[in-house]
Amino acid sequence: MSTIETHTTRVTVTVNGREVSEEVEPRTLLVHFLREQARLTGTHVGCDTSNCGACTVLIDDEAAKSCTVLAVQANGHKVTTVEGVGNGSGGFSPVQEGFRQEHGLQCGYCTPGMIMACTALLAENPRPNEHQIREALEGNLCRCTGYETIVRAVQWAATNGGAGEWA
Amino acid sequence: MSLIGAKVLRKEDPNLITGQGQYVDDLAPAGCAFMAMVRSTEPHARIVAVDTSAARSMDGVLAVWTSADIAGLPARPSSLPGMDMPLIAGDAARFVGDIVAVVVATDRYTAADAAEAVIVDYEPLPAVASLAQALAADAPMIHPVLQGNTVFFQDYTEDLSAEFAAAPRTASLSLVNNRCAPVPIEPNVVLADWGPAGLTVWAAFQAPHHLRNTIAAFFGISQDTTRVIAPDVGGGFGAKINFASEIFLAAALSRALSRPVKYTQTRSECMVAMFHGRAQEHKVDVAFDDSGKILALKVQVTQDQGAYPDATGMGLPVLTTAMSAGCYKIPKVAVSWRNVVTNTTPVAAYRGAGRPEASYMIERVIDLVADETGVDPIEVRKTNFIPADGFPYQTHSPLAVYDSGNFAGALDELLRHVDYPALKAEQAARLADPNAKLLGIGFSSWLEIAGFGPPGSLEAFGHLASWESAQVRVQPDGSAIIYTGASPHGQGTVTTFAQIAADQLGIDFERISVRHGDTAVIPQGIGTMGSRAVAVGGEGVKTASTRVFERAKKIAAHLLEATEDDIVVENEEFHVRGTPSKSVPWSQVAWKSFQPLELPAGMEPGSLDATVFQQVPNFSFPSGAYCCVVEIDRETGEVEIRNMYLVDDCGTVINPMLVEGQVHGGVAQGIAQALYEHMQYDESGVPRTATLMDYLVPAAPDLPGYVSGRTVTLNPSNTLGAKGVGESGSVGAPPAVINAVVDALSHLGVKHIDMPATPQKIWSILRGSK
Repeated sequence: MSTIETHTTRVTVTVNGREVSEEVEPRTLLVHFLREQARLTGTHVGCDTSNCGACTVLIDDEAAKSCTVLAVQANGHKVTTVEGVGNGSGGFSPVQEGFRQEHGLQCGYCTPGMIMACTALLAENPRPNEHQIREALEGNLCRCTGYETIVRAVQWAATNGGAGEWA
Repeated sequence: MSLIGAKVLRKEDPNLITGQGQYVDDLAPAGCAFMAMVRSTEPHARIVAVDTSAARSMDGVLAVWTSADIAGLPARPSSLPGMDMPLIAGDAARFVGDIVAVVVATDRYTAADAAEAVIVDYEPLPAVASLAQALAADAPMIHPVLQGNTVFFQDYTEDLSAEFAAAPRTASLSLVNNRCAPVPIEPNVVLADWGPAGLTVWAAFQAPHHLRNTIAAFFGISQDTTRVIAPDVGGGFGAKINFASEIFLAAALSRALSRPVKYTQTRSECMVAMFHGRAQEHKVDVAFDDSGKILALKVQVTQDQGAYPDATGMGLPVLTTAMSAGCYKIPKVAVSWRNVVTNTTPVAAYRGAGRPEASYMIERVIDLVADETGVDPIEVRKTNFIPADGFPYQTHSPLAVYDSGNFAGALDELLRHVDYPALKAEQAARLADPNAKLLGIGFSSWLEIAGFGPPGSLEAFGHLASWESAQVRVQPDGSAIIYTGASPHGQGTVTTFAQIAADQLGIDFERISVRHGDTAVIPQGIGTMGSRAVAVGGEGVKTASTRVFERAKKIAAHLLEATEDDIVVENEEFHVRGTPSKSVPWSQVAWKSFQPLELPAGMEPGSLDATVFQQVPNFSFPSGAYCCVVEIDRETGEVEIRNMYLVDDCGTVINPMLVEGQVHGGVAQGIAQALYEHMQYDESGVPRTATLMDYLVPAAPDLPGYVSGRTVTLNPSNTLGAKGVGESGSVGAPPAVINAVVDALSHLGVKHIDMPATPQKIWSILRGSK
């Protein structure tokens, strides 16, 4: 018989404007809460050392790596994922559209995290130069693009609506 | 208007930018269980005992398997007899990461807990962590079947001692081609569901049919009830054509537990479990004259195979030695290679797979000859190039007959972008100013063997064949679906293949869908690797589209009561040439193609559907010329790439935006190998770079912007003229970067620096010179 007792705790998070409330183990990572409880699989896991940024989301409008946050820490807070930044009727946010226009993605796996990191950047600095963009994306790895087209994607978004709006 | 060469936005993107992509880990079928691995922490050890009792007793644990539980199953496919990689190590573990036990539980956290609870009793054995250790006299042995640790070797193909003795000058170079981890941001992921109706496997994989064929044979089941699906795949870079043991274990456990089993590799597992790339050492001798003309070349390649030789890994030095002369006409070339096992992660395909190693070697040799003779590296290249009118060119290797290229033309195009005299002047001025950063200018003129390939080429690596499949199926409303055996993982194949089909069919790009990655849907297939998707698979789409179009023209001619030869298509309307008013829309032709009463005599309904197994007569040979300009901080040894100029010749460009993306990504991986990445082991065989904290995958601040140019020589082996571009950057970039670094340090007498050119290495050189 198991000697480990499983405790659960209720976590309530407002995800993309919708309240998600689930019983989870206290050790549940926010990224797993989003993927498995909220069933929003756009947020990806790419590492286990907080290096790759594929799991980047906004918590109370600030970029955070959701693999490094416990779901319980997000309890009562607002979380925005890549599914939540479009215009709500199937349209793309300026950052999403920038990635499409400038070929800022190939396999797409790092893309949701990149889009959220870029969205946070533009919310804070609407007119970043190339150096600022590259520095701001230091915590997000892409293995496909070599980053230049991602820089262009951010520049495209900066001149076509900026960070955009979300719930 | 032709879409070939048009910058068309990707059909793939709307899903991927909104989080609607579907990667394997996104799938969550009812009852899905989770698999976790217990991996060896020892480089080489006898496994004395595996205590699974604590793990088995945990709530939620469904199975804990050791080697005894897979006794009826074969070893990992693509292994070598006598050196097989067991799915679960039995008597011995042979590298850190070798699977020792497998756990399945109802959720991923419990599976991880249970894996932690498995206790393995190891008796450490002496290990060999490097080629030097493996080849030493009395080296510990990894596989008893071998005498020593050399698996296969090929002695020098020719004795060139007379040529070297007669040559005015000779020089030698020893090179290490550093071991790299592929690091797709999505690691290996698999979901297996073995039900009464058969086995379905969703896998992050580059060649689903290859996997389907292999899984069916592995379990002795029929291919018709074995389905492999590669949905969205988060990068592959060659590593996802290797048969990861986890795929077969997930299927076996799904069968045993009668429920879906999913496995998602952690990154730290991926760093040691996903097969590595490169890991070669070269000994090179070159004979030349005072003008820099190369007279003879001797190359010995030693390939680290890791702990278990893999069929693809065994082929790497074959490719390296086939391409050893690069773009140069060298009168005499002798090559030799050997494959050696070590107690490290197995080595197999990684972007370029054997060919970046060759271009790195020969381009370092060119700069060495320049340095020895005092002839400018540009001139040495031009002196030795195969001339533009020298094709077809039989190389020293029976594998490689170069069919096209213009190497001098690409270098000239590069020099239109690079102000070489100004850079040389700046370099001299900086050298004279002790406070200025050093400047280095490096070139590479490269070519690669790509577009795999002619009949027999992929069979040698265990594939069914070397063609690629394409099916073009017009729907009753006049839209079309393309089915391809190429299985993309970021390349943009859905877009490029729709462009190719739109041109041939005269159907709007927006009304063409491309399906891939599902063995139940696609009529056979090989896969995406070796820069082959467009050159072989795209050509197949063109061939099949042309067949369908010819049949559509027949139907249109019948409906218009005209002769077939007079029928043209414009804006999705078939009409008689010169008489636009006499027309029938594509949608009508498509609709009627299914109605026997509407068809010309002898035509069957449903004929606007063609399947092609596209063959090509030769490999393709993308080429190009790159220039890298580096600045080196004299205090810290840090290298910064100031400029990277890229001229590629990939033949016909289908979509310039996607070609640029492929080049950038390949160059980024090449720069990464040259400056940052090195999978390292300590002397006992323990990996020192097994997380992304220790292994430097470059981020945006670490990489430069790029200036791109282009030359075009057509691929004569297909009608598209396209050569492929997926691996080009990884082939061309490393030598350009290292040539630049060596150039910046050449005033100190530096002849060579091994990759990665880290600040520490360069700082030591600079400090030693003071």
